[in-house]
Amino acid sequence: MFPVPAAAPLSSGTLYDKVWELHRVDDLPGGSTQLLVGLHLIHEVTSPQAFAALRDKGLTVRCPERTVATVDHIVPTTTQTRPFNDPLAEEMLSTLERNCLEYGIQLNAIGSGRQGIVHVIAPELGLTQPGMTVACGDSHTSTHGAFGAIAFGIGTSQVRDVLASQSLAMSKLKVRRIRVDGHLAKGVSAKDLILHVIRTLGVKGGVGFAYEFAGTAIEALSMEERMTLCNMAIEGGARCGYVNPDQITFDYLRGRPHAPSGEFWDRAVQWWSSLASDADAVVDDEVVFDAGQIVPTVTWGITPGQGLGIDERIPSLDVLDPADRPIAEEAYRYMDLQPGTAIAGVPVDVCFIGSCTNGRLSDLRAAAAVARGRHIADGIKAFVVPGSEQVARAAEAEGLDRVFRAAGFEWREPGCSMCLAMNPDRLEGRQISASSSNRNFKGRQGSASGRTLLMSPAMVAAAAVHGQVTDVRGLSLHPTS
Amino acid sequence: MSSFPSGSIQRVAGTALVVQGEDIDTDRIIPARFLKCVSFDALGDQVFADDRQELNGSHPFDQPAFQGASILIVNGNFGCGSSREHAPQALMRWGIRAVVGVSFAEIFFGNCLALGIPCMTAASEEIQLIQQAVIEDPGREWCLDLMALALGSPQDRWAVSLEPGPLDMLRSGRWDATSQLLSRDSELTALMKQLPYINGFQTA
Repeated sequence: MFPVPAAAPLSSGTLYDKVWELHRVDDLPGGSTQLLVGLHLIHEVTSPQAFAALRDKGLTVRCPERTVATVDHIVPTTTQTRPFNDPLAEEMLSTLERNCLEYGIQLNAIGSGRQGIVHVIAPELGLTQPGMTVACGDSHTSTHGAFGAIAFGIGTSQVRDVLASQSLAMSKLKVRRIRVDGHLAKGVSAKDLILHVIRTLGVKGGVGFAYEFAGTAIEALSMEERMTLCNMAIEGGARCGYVNPDQITFDYLRGRPHAPSGEFWDRAVQWWSSLASDADAVVDDEVVFDAGQIVPTVTWGITPGQGLGIDERIPSLDVLDPADRPIAEEAYRYMDLQPGTAIAGVPVDVCFIGSCTNGRLSDLRAAAAVARGRHIADGIKAFVVPGSEQVARAAEAEGLDRVFRAAGFEWREPGCSMCLAMNPDRLEGRQISASSSNRNFKGRQGSASGRTLLMSPAMVAAAAVHGQVTDVRGLSLHPTS
Repeated sequence: MSSFPSGSIQRVAGTALVVQGEDIDTDRIIPARFLKCVSFDALGDQVFADDRQELNGSHPFDQPAFQGASILIVNGNFGCGSSREHAPQALMRWGIRAVVGVSFAEIFFGNCLALGIPCMTAASEEIQLIQQAVIEDPGREWCLDLMALALGSPQDRWAVSLEPGPLDMLRSGRWDATSQLLSRDSELTALMKQLPYINGFQTA
């Protein structure tokens, strides 16, 4: 038996309540809370101004060992030799390098074997663990909630605050349980599940809430699938999403570089287990979904909430809630897609597999199972960008790179790539992409008039093969070579 | 342009401008290519760059009548998407000192608060009437009063609201949270010692 933890969690409550309470430094005047940040992740886009502000105020980094850096947004994915061709990208990376060196912060540099998208590397290095508060100047920090952490995106002024004080001024969220029972059908992925949830609850439905994903369908998901799910909580308006830690979580973490080991591992598992939401925990809201009803889901418009089942047609105004009509009209114009058009069969130009949503090994395997023995359609540009150096090497060890290349896909080096096009990967003009990323906003993929259809990695591969949006359930799969 | 916000924020006065639409995301407020920078200084000119280019001079941020405006009137879920503080920085550097709308995405709201820019809300019907008034009379002077919780002009006056915590931070000048967070360092140290994952699972 171990002694009672010094920081004992509440006897009954949600994981969110317990983790919040364990990290509450003090209540601040006016009602917000000073919250300790257990893991702070930084990258080259949102940190330089924070370090500059720190210097302006004569402050230093409070806990350099609790901040970890990587470079992801601006790195080219074709050649990563330095200096980068783009002087602005080079300046951003060299600024990050200087800041990390000056303050003693671990930087997972290109070629280290640990570089990659921040939300891919922190889990694979075992940095992200249950019960932590995780903050990063990046909205997709919600990803880390897959481990039963409270993880949220912050702005640069807050990055400065975390660097200076290892804490933040925050207001507590309400908790909405998204309970998904039953089984996802064959060909239906975590990406389809979260696109379905966002489509149902709307892009602002989660504002003010943390989303607790629960139910038998969630419990059956792998850690990588849980990461896809929590990654896009923010697209539904919820600043953080989480899954209660369980044996799948512990099995994923065991043996990873930053995970505890030996007797400390056993203590960690005991503590992590105690943090899961109690059966009688009270949540502020609950929404129930039947996993069996969910089909491959694709967005047609300019918000992640404008999604359709693969068998559906683009909605006409009269079936939409009046509040959703203006943005639907804008989407018809911008996407050049008319109401009544079936989403299956919409032609695409570019196919992108990657991103913090779907750039992990299991995502690449799912796409490769479609690509194997097939070839991309004429005129299609298709490329695969692994989420990290570890993912790239693991995929190559399985021969996935060869499967993709044989099918006509380009195989790239790790980075954020065309998810947001802060690097050479981007749409041109009115091109339309099938993309495994997370946002279909106007201009998101680097062209002011470029268009994005969000879908799962397997669906992107199917679109690449047929040159149009295609139901992956109709294709035979070849999961092994 | 007036100086950036500092100290107690009790009122924001000036002319207003309107950007209409639901779910206007931060990629639209400042497209990602402008994030390639290590300082925020140049962002003011780039705010809404793609939308402005598309509208070829007729975007509210380009119309002569709205130049110099300091209060931005928007609709619902404004600032959704990316956490980039570049979005409120771009608005602030263009001249915006307050935003009034139906609702705001949380990270955007927090980023504005950290810059001393209040994001205040009113009901959808009222926002539409305010927007109409601004569009019809761009030269009208408005005052967003954080003490009275009202947006007023010589012609009319609208109730607006803000959560008590952020309201107090703006009124008192404590929206710049750094010094406040640093003042509780001993409590923070004590809490870190108790947290199992920080003390190497010595205590759990």
